[in-house]
Amino acid sequence: MALKASELNVGDTYKEQLVEDLKRTQIVQYAGASGDYNPLHTDEIFTTKVAGYPSVFAHGMLTMGMTGKMVTNYVGDGRLTKYGVRFTNQVWPGDTLEATATVESIEDEGNGKLVNLAISTTNQDGVEVVKGYAQARVD
Amino acid sequence: MAVDKFPVEYSHILMFARSVGDDNKIYSDEEYAKTTEPGSVIAPPTFVQSSAQFDPDYFLRPKVGQPWFGSGKEPTGLKGDSGFGGGGGGGGLHAEQHYEYHRHPKPGDVLTATVKPGKTWEKEGKRSGKLVFTESITEYRDQNGELVVTARGVGVRTERPVDQ
Repeated sequence: MALKASELNVGDTYKEQLVEDLKRTQIVQYAGASGDYNPLHTDEIFTTKVAGYPSVFAHGMLTMGMTGKMVTNYVGDGRLTKYGVRFTNQVWPGDTLEATATVESIEDEGNGKLVNLAISTTNQDGVEVVKGYAQARVD
Repeated sequence: MAVDKFPVEYSHILMFARSVGDDNKIYSDEEYAKTTEPGSVIAPPTFVQSSAQFDPDYFLRPKVGQPWFGSGKEPTGLKGDSGFGGGGGGGGLHAEQHYEYHRHPKPGDVLTATVKPGKTWEKEGKRSGKLVFTESITEYRDQNGELVVTARGVGVRTERPVDQ
Protein backbone atom coordinates (compact mmCIF):
# COMPACT_ATOMS: atom_id res chain seq x y z
CA MET A 1 0.00 0.00 0.00
CA ALA A 2 1.35 3.39 -0.96
CA LEU A 3 1.41 6.27 1.48
CA LYS A 4 -1.01 9.18 1.14
CA ALA A 5 0.45 12.69 1.28
CA SER A 6 -2.68 13.93 3.04
CA GLU A 7 -2.06 11.51 5.91
CA LEU A 8 1.66 12.24 6.35
CA ASN A 9 3.11 14.76 8.79
CA VAL A 10 6.66 16.00 9.13
CA GLY A 11 8.19 14.08 12.03
CA ASP A 12 6.13 10.90 11.52
CA THR A 13 8.27 7.82 12.09
CA TYR A 14 8.17 4.20 11.00
CA LYS A 15 10.42 1.57 12.62
CA GLU A 16 11.27 -2.06 11.99
CA GLN A 17 13.65 -4.52 13.56
CA LEU A 18 15.87 -5.70 10.68
CA VAL A 19 17.67 -8.59 12.30
CA GLU A 20 18.12 -10.09 15.74
CA ASP A 21 21.51 -11.67 16.54
CA LEU A 22 22.95 -11.41 13.02
CA LYS A 23 24.34 -14.76 11.97
CA ARG A 24 27.57 -15.36 10.04
CA THR A 25 25.49 -17.59 7.78
CA GLN A 26 23.35 -14.62 6.71
CA ILE A 27 26.53 -12.74 5.82
CA VAL A 28 27.57 -15.77 3.74
CA GLN A 29 24.13 -15.73 2.07
CA TYR A 30 24.62 -12.08 1.16
CA ALA A 31 28.11 -12.75 -0.21
CA GLY A 32 26.69 -15.48 -2.44
CA ALA A 33 23.72 -13.46 -3.68
CA SER A 34 25.58 -10.20 -4.24
CA GLY A 35 28.80 -11.71 -5.56
CA ASP A 36 30.94 -9.74 -3.08
CA TYR A 37 33.21 -12.46 -1.68
CA ASN A 38 35.58 -10.13 0.18
CA PRO A 39 37.02 -12.45 2.87
CA LEU A 40 36.60 -9.65 5.44
CA HIS A 41 32.96 -10.71 5.61
CA THR A 42 33.15 -14.49 5.70
CA ASP A 43 36.72 -15.62 6.44
CA GLU A 44 37.37 -15.35 10.17
CA ILE A 45 41.00 -16.53 9.87
CA PHE A 46 41.95 -13.97 7.23
CA THR A 47 40.03 -11.17 8.94
CA THR A 48 41.52 -11.69 12.40
CA LYS A 49 45.07 -12.79 11.47
CA VAL A 50 45.78 -10.77 8.33
CA ALA A 51 43.41 -7.80 8.23
CA GLY A 52 43.54 -7.15 11.99
CA TYR A 53 39.83 -7.00 12.86
CA PRO A 54 38.30 -8.78 15.89
CA SER A 55 35.99 -10.86 13.66
CA VAL A 56 34.33 -10.91 10.28
CA PHE A 57 31.79 -8.13 9.80
CA ALA A 58 28.78 -7.54 7.58
CA HIS A 59 29.03 -5.99 4.15
CA GLY A 60 27.87 -2.37 4.37
CA MET A 61 25.58 -3.29 1.50
CA LEU A 62 23.95 -6.03 3.60
CA THR A 63 22.98 -3.41 6.18
CA MET A 64 21.81 -1.09 3.40
CA GLY A 65 19.83 -3.97 1.88
CA MET A 66 18.22 -4.89 5.21
CA THR A 67 17.43 -1.22 5.83
CA GLY A 68 15.89 -1.06 2.34
CA LYS A 69 13.35 -3.67 3.45
CA MET A 70 12.08 -1.27 6.12
CA VAL A 71 11.93 1.55 3.55
CA THR A 72 9.98 -0.39 0.92
CA ASN A 73 7.66 -1.88 3.55
CA TYR A 74 6.85 1.72 4.53
CA VAL A 75 6.56 3.43 1.13
CA GLY A 76 5.16 0.49 -0.87
CA ASP A 77 6.39 -1.58 -3.80
CA GLY A 78 8.01 0.25 -6.68
CA ARG A 79 7.57 3.70 -5.10
CA LEU A 80 11.17 4.45 -4.20
CA THR A 81 12.87 7.19 -6.27
CA LYS A 82 16.04 7.77 -4.23
CA TYR A 83 17.85 5.90 -1.49
CA GLY A 84 21.31 6.69 -0.15
CA VAL A 85 23.32 5.98 2.96
CA ARG A 86 26.63 6.51 4.71
CA PHE A 87 28.07 3.55 6.61
CA THR A 88 28.89 5.11 9.96
CA ASN A 89 29.90 2.04 11.97
CA GLN A 90 30.59 -1.61 11.25
CA VAL A 91 27.98 -4.32 11.82
CA TRP A 92 29.17 -7.52 13.51
CA PRO A 93 27.81 -11.04 13.87
CA GLY A 94 25.49 -11.02 16.89
CA ASP A 95 24.23 -7.49 16.26
CA THR A 96 20.54 -6.67 16.49
CA LEU A 97 19.52 -3.82 14.21
CA GLU A 98 16.55 -1.49 14.14
CA ALA A 99 15.84 0.95 11.31
CA THR A 100 13.77 4.12 11.43
CA ALA A 101 12.35 6.34 8.70
CA THR A 102 11.33 9.89 9.66
CA VAL A 103 9.25 12.13 7.40
CA GLU A 104 11.28 15.26 6.65
CA SER A 105 9.19 16.92 3.92
CA ILE A 106 6.56 16.37 1.27
CA GLU A 107 7.08 18.01 -2.11
CA ASP A 108 5.15 18.38 -5.36
CA GLU A 109 6.54 16.77 -8.46
CA GLY A 110 4.60 17.26 -11.68
CA ASN A 111 1.16 15.84 -11.02
CA GLY A 112 2.28 13.82 -8.04
CA LYS A 113 3.89 14.14 -4.67
CA LEU A 114 7.10 12.88 -3.13
CA VAL A 115 7.99 12.21 0.48
CA ASN A 116 11.54 12.78 1.73
CA LEU A 117 12.62 10.52 4.57
CA ALA A 118 15.59 10.52 6.92
CA ILE A 119 16.84 6.98 7.47
CA SER A 120 18.75 5.70 10.48
CA THR A 121 19.74 2.18 11.49
CA THR A 122 21.09 1.53 14.97
CA ASN A 123 22.50 -1.49 16.76
CA GLN A 124 21.64 -2.95 20.18
CA ASP A 125 23.88 -0.34 21.86
CA GLY A 126 22.08 2.55 20.16
CA VAL A 127 25.07 3.18 17.88
CA GLU A 128 24.09 4.37 14.41
CA VAL A 129 25.46 2.05 11.72
CA VAL A 130 23.71 3.54 8.69
CA LYS A 131 22.56 7.13 8.20
CA GLY A 132 20.82 8.18 5.04
CA TYR A 133 17.76 9.33 3.18
CA ALA A 134 15.08 8.02 0.89
CA GLN A 135 12.54 9.60 -1.41
CA ALA A 136 9.36 7.97 -2.67
CA ARG A 137 6.27 8.76 -4.70
CA VAL A 138 3.15 9.06 -2.54
CA ASP A 139 -0.53 9.31 -3.45
CA MET B 1 32.07 -1.98 -11.99
CA ALA B 2 31.46 -1.93 -15.70
CA VAL B 3 29.29 -4.79 -16.94
CA ASP B 4 28.33 -5.50 -20.54
CA LYS B 5 25.38 -7.76 -19.80
CA PHE B 6 23.54 -8.03 -16.48
CA PRO B 7 20.44 -10.18 -17.05
CA VAL B 8 17.94 -9.56 -14.27
CA GLU B 9 16.47 -12.92 -13.28
CA TYR B 10 13.72 -14.01 -10.93
CA SER B 11 15.79 -16.64 -9.10
CA HIS B 12 18.60 -14.15 -8.48
CA ILE B 13 16.09 -11.63 -7.08
CA LEU B 14 14.65 -14.39 -4.87
CA MET B 15 18.09 -15.27 -3.47
CA PHE B 16 19.08 -11.64 -3.04
CA ALA B 17 15.88 -10.78 -1.16
CA ARG B 18 16.38 -13.80 1.11
CA SER B 19 19.95 -12.73 1.87
CA VAL B 20 18.80 -9.33 3.16
CA GLY B 21 15.97 -10.97 5.12
CA ASP B 22 13.24 -9.39 2.98
CA ASP B 23 10.22 -11.70 2.90
CA ASN B 24 8.03 -9.40 0.77
CA LYS B 25 6.34 -11.83 -1.61
CA ILE B 26 6.82 -9.46 -4.56
CA TYR B 27 10.35 -10.91 -4.71
CA SER B 28 9.44 -14.58 -4.37
CA ASP B 29 5.93 -15.21 -5.72
CA GLU B 30 5.27 -14.34 -9.35
CA GLU B 31 1.49 -14.82 -9.01
CA TYR B 32 1.32 -12.56 -5.97
CA ALA B 33 3.54 -10.00 -7.73
CA LYS B 34 0.93 -9.67 -10.50
CA THR B 35 -1.52 -8.32 -7.92
CA THR B 36 0.84 -5.54 -6.73
CA GLU B 37 1.08 -2.01 -8.09
CA PRO B 38 4.22 -2.76 -10.18
CA GLY B 39 2.38 -5.81 -11.58
CA SER B 40 5.40 -8.11 -11.62
CA VAL B 41 8.39 -9.21 -9.61
CA ILE B 42 10.76 -6.25 -9.24
CA ALA B 43 14.28 -5.99 -7.88
CA PRO B 44 14.81 -4.92 -4.26
CA PRO B 45 16.35 -1.44 -3.85
CA THR B 46 20.00 -2.52 -3.60
CA PHE B 47 19.84 -5.41 -6.07
CA VAL B 48 21.94 -3.77 -8.80
CA GLN B 49 24.95 -4.20 -6.51
CA SER B 50 24.84 -7.87 -7.53
CA SER B 51 25.89 -6.88 -11.06
CA ALA B 52 29.29 -7.92 -9.62
CA GLN B 53 28.21 -11.47 -10.54
CA PHE B 54 28.37 -10.48 -14.21
CA ASP B 55 31.72 -8.68 -14.14
CA PRO B 56 34.15 -11.34 -15.40
CA ASP B 57 37.07 -9.59 -13.70
CA TYR B 58 35.42 -8.69 -10.39
CA PHE B 59 38.32 -8.57 -7.92
CA LEU B 60 36.32 -9.76 -4.91
CA ARG B 61 35.58 -13.18 -6.42
CA PRO B 62 38.14 -16.01 -6.39
CA LYS B 63 39.15 -17.07 -9.89
CA VAL B 64 40.47 -20.40 -11.15
CA GLY B 65 44.25 -20.52 -11.25
CA GLN B 66 44.76 -17.14 -9.59
CA PRO B 67 45.96 -16.34 -6.07
CA TRP B 68 43.22 -15.39 -3.61
CA PHE B 69 43.88 -13.22 -0.59
CA GLY B 70 41.54 -15.14 1.73
CA SER B 71 42.66 -18.10 3.85
CA GLY B 72 43.32 -21.66 2.77
CA LYS B 73 46.20 -23.60 4.21
CA GLU B 74 47.59 -20.22 5.32
CA PRO B 75 45.66 -17.19 6.64
CA THR B 76 46.15 -15.53 3.25
CA GLY B 77 46.84 -16.95 -0.18
CA LEU B 78 49.06 -14.00 -1.10
CA LYS B 79 52.80 -14.03 -0.64
CA GLY B 80 54.82 -11.08 0.63
CA ASP B 81 53.27 -7.63 0.57
CA SER B 82 49.63 -8.45 0.10
CA GLY B 83 48.42 -4.91 0.39
CA PHE B 84 47.01 -5.93 3.75
CA GLY B 85 50.37 -5.75 5.54
CA GLY B 86 52.37 -2.64 6.26
CA GLY B 87 50.32 -0.24 8.30
CA GLY B 88 48.28 -3.04 9.80
CA GLY B 89 46.02 -3.78 6.93
CA GLY B 90 43.26 -1.23 6.78
CA GLY B 91 42.34 -2.11 3.24
CA GLY B 92 39.26 -0.83 1.46
CA LEU B 93 35.83 -0.29 2.99
CA HIS B 94 32.54 0.96 1.61
CA ALA B 95 31.79 4.46 2.91
CA GLU B 96 28.62 5.55 1.11
CA GLN B 97 26.14 4.28 -1.46
CA HIS B 98 23.44 6.28 -3.22
CA TYR B 99 20.79 5.17 -5.72
CA GLU B 100 18.45 7.08 -7.95
CA TYR B 101 15.67 4.95 -9.44
CA HIS B 102 14.33 6.00 -12.83
CA ARG B 103 12.34 2.75 -12.68
CA HIS B 104 12.77 -0.53 -10.83
CA PRO B 105 14.48 -3.38 -12.71
CA LYS B 106 12.44 -6.53 -13.25
CA PRO B 107 13.06 -10.07 -14.55
CA GLY B 108 13.64 -10.00 -18.29
CA ASP B 109 15.60 -6.76 -18.23
CA VAL B 110 19.13 -7.00 -19.57
CA LEU B 111 21.11 -4.15 -18.06
CA THR B 112 24.48 -2.71 -18.87
CA ALA B 113 26.57 -0.84 -16.32
CA THR B 114 28.99 1.92 -17.24
CA VAL B 115 31.23 3.55 -14.66
CA LYS B 116 32.48 7.11 -14.50
CA PRO B 117 35.09 8.10 -11.93
CA GLY B 118 34.03 10.78 -9.47
CA LYS B 119 35.87 12.90 -6.94
CA THR B 120 38.73 11.80 -4.68
CA TRP B 121 39.36 13.39 -1.28
CA GLU B 122 41.27 12.82 1.95
CA LYS B 123 40.40 13.19 5.59
CA GLU B 124 42.17 12.47 8.89
CA GLY B 125 40.15 9.86 10.80
CA LYS B 126 40.23 9.49 14.59
CA ARG B 127 39.80 5.72 14.52
CA SER B 128 41.73 4.62 11.43
CA GLY B 129 44.40 7.18 10.46
CA LYS B 130 44.38 8.89 7.09
CA LEU B 131 41.31 8.16 4.98
CA VAL B 132 41.30 8.34 1.19
CA PHE B 133 37.81 8.50 -0.34
CA THR B 134 37.11 7.64 -3.98
CA GLU B 135 33.76 8.13 -5.67
CA SER B 136 32.38 6.37 -8.74
CA ILE B 137 29.14 6.77 -10.63
CA THR B 138 27.53 3.74 -12.28
CA GLU B 139 24.73 4.06 -14.80
CA TYR B 140 22.54 1.01 -15.31
CA ARG B 141 20.70 1.09 -18.64
CA ASP B 142 18.19 -1.39 -20.02
CA GLN B 143 17.95 -3.24 -23.33
CA ASN B 144 16.45 -0.10 -24.92
CA GLY B 145 19.27 2.14 -23.73
CA GLU B 146 17.02 3.79 -21.13
CA LEU B 147 18.53 4.78 -17.82
CA VAL B 148 17.10 2.55 -15.05
CA VAL B 149 19.26 3.19 -11.97
CA THR B 150 22.05 5.68 -11.28
CA ALA B 151 24.36 4.55 -8.49
CA ARG B 152 27.03 6.60 -6.73
CA GLY B 153 29.42 4.72 -4.51
CA VAL B 154 32.17 6.01 -2.24
CA GLY B 155 34.98 3.74 -1.15
CA VAL B 156 37.50 4.52 1.53
CA ARG B 157 40.99 3.19 2.11
CA THR B 158 42.10 3.45 5.71
CA GLU B 159 45.67 3.69 7.00
CA ARG B 160 44.98 1.00 9.63
CA PRO B 161 42.02 -1.13 10.71
CA VAL B 162 39.20 0.89 12.23
CA ASP B 163 39.59 1.02 16.05
CA GLN B 164 36.79 -0.77 17.88
